[in-house]
Amino acid sequence: MKPRYSIFSIARNAMNYHKDWERAWRSPNPKAEYDAVIVGAGGHGLATAYYLAKNHGLTNIAVIEKGWLGGGNTGRNTTIIRSNYLQDASIAIYELARSLYEGLSQELNYNMMFSPRGLMMLCQTEHELRAMKRTSHANRLAGLDCRMISPNEVKEIAPIINTDAECRYPILGAYYQPRGGTGRHDAVAWGYARGADAMGVDIIQQCEVTGILRDGGKVVGLQTSKGEIKTKKIGVVTAGHVSTIMDMAGVRMPIESMCLQALVSEPIKPVLDCVVMANTVHGYMSQSDKGELVIGGGTDPYNNYSQRGSFTALEHTVTALVETFPIISRLRMLRQWGGIVDMTGDRSPILSKTDVEGLYVNCGWGTGGFKAIPGSGLVFADTMANDRPHPIAAPFSLNRFKEGRLIDESVAAAVAH
Amino acid sequence: MIIVTCPVCNASGDETDFHYGGQAHVRRPATTDAANITDEEQRDYLFIRHNPKGLHFERWRCDRGCGKWFHAARDTVSLDFKAYYGITELPPAEIIAQAKGPWADYFKERMKAKK
Repeated sequence: MKPRYSIFSIARNAMNYHKDWERAWRSPNPKAEYDAVIVGAGGHGLATAYYLAKNHGLTNIAVIEKGWLGGGNTGRNTTIIRSNYLQDASIAIYELARSLYEGLSQELNYNMMFSPRGLMMLCQTEHELRAMKRTSHANRLAGLDCRMISPNEVKEIAPIINTDAECRYPILGAYYQPRGGTGRHDAVAWGYARGADAMGVDIIQQCEVTGILRDGGKVVGLQTSKGEIKTKKIGVVTAGHVSTIMDMAGVRMPIESMCLQALVSEPIKPVLDCVVMANTVHGYMSQSDKGELVIGGGTDPYNNYSQRGSFTALEHTVTALVETFPIISRLRMLRQWGGIVDMTGDRSPILSKTDVEGLYVNCGWGTGGFKAIPGSGLVFADTMANDRPHPIAAPFSLNRFKEGRLIDESVAAAVAH
Repeated sequence: MIIVTCPVCNASGDETDFHYGGQAHVRRPATTDAANITDEEQRDYLFIRHNPKGLHFERWRCDRGCGKWFHAARDTVSLDFKAYYGITELPPAEIIAQAKGPWADYFKERMKAKK
């Protein structure tokens, strides 16, 4: 058992000039065989390992990662947490995740800095207003705490918004989820990693998967840059690189990988205490606790593995936000980066068994995976442990593309795609 | 930013001057009777996509130039275009030879049919 983080542990370590902090997780060499192996140590992979160990008693498992843990999209997103999707299946999984975030810092003894500061989606055309009203009815039927708000309330919550009725895209209202907000993205990966490691899960970094070993219709192991690992269960949770891993097992995916960019400004005094999404003009913004404005937009339209997006996409996002928040027009940008997101045709994720026995896949979160990490990990772990889809994961199976049961969140445009 | 050149009208521009059309050479199940198409074939046609890290074959449209669709071979890591070719054509043989993963065998059958 690891020593707990607390104010007393900080005081105790301060006496020692902070030289004796224990490592948050081990860096073991891979064993020859595991009961299950998760490929990909991002938030979703680590959460899966954590819940496999905690809820299903599977502790002889490993998480293997080509780079470093939390170094992919988990460390590259804009940290927004919300659950106001249109379809029932989406609401179920995203709301499970959002509600788990509420108690996650306590559960993992790691500060996730979950900040339910409220989130609003601006309605800037008559059509968008109606679409959001439809979403709000769907969400309220599902029991979510959400409501439509008027332009006056928008101005009250976020005074820096331009509510000029004469501008190209005037604010006609907004869809507000007061329990939405932001979290500390790195801490989510680190907290789950520390929690899983404490229960005996091996997290093996800088270990690239080079092949998936099959014996007929089932998996028997993995070839990696650190040698062969035997296992009967593999969970592939590699986001933008999911197609390349699944190709190794001969399973073809309905995924295209694209680059999504984000940027942060120089830190300024508090100006915005909620998350604002402007979907018509493609931009969203929140302010971090350090004071930086965290800005995200749409993806580049073409397949891309370079983690380097186009200037066009950035310019588009920034132009939209300057129109919405005139106050930021002379702000300088501090950093900008790209992540490779795995887009499905219906913009909903895939949490599924495959036609290969023992091979499971959790991917397709596209532009909005961070918010779902706890829920995704919980139901995917349950799916892997029991070899049948968890009821919340069931609608997100790979078979939906064959059966035509799409979970269409792209036309619903809950986020700026 | 990537620079695209249209093989039809030779106009060159960045991605805002062109429209991306996704994976090239996706074959629609060849039948006139819908009952002959299995769910798997329909899924493959509509949703399953090659998504290689490296050489990829794509469709693009010359939006602000001649308006024609064309094919391109592009590297998805370096983002460099390797070749442009017509919308009814197969990629140049030397580019096909460099293809890996699911693309490696993809053209063999079609090359045979062509001969």
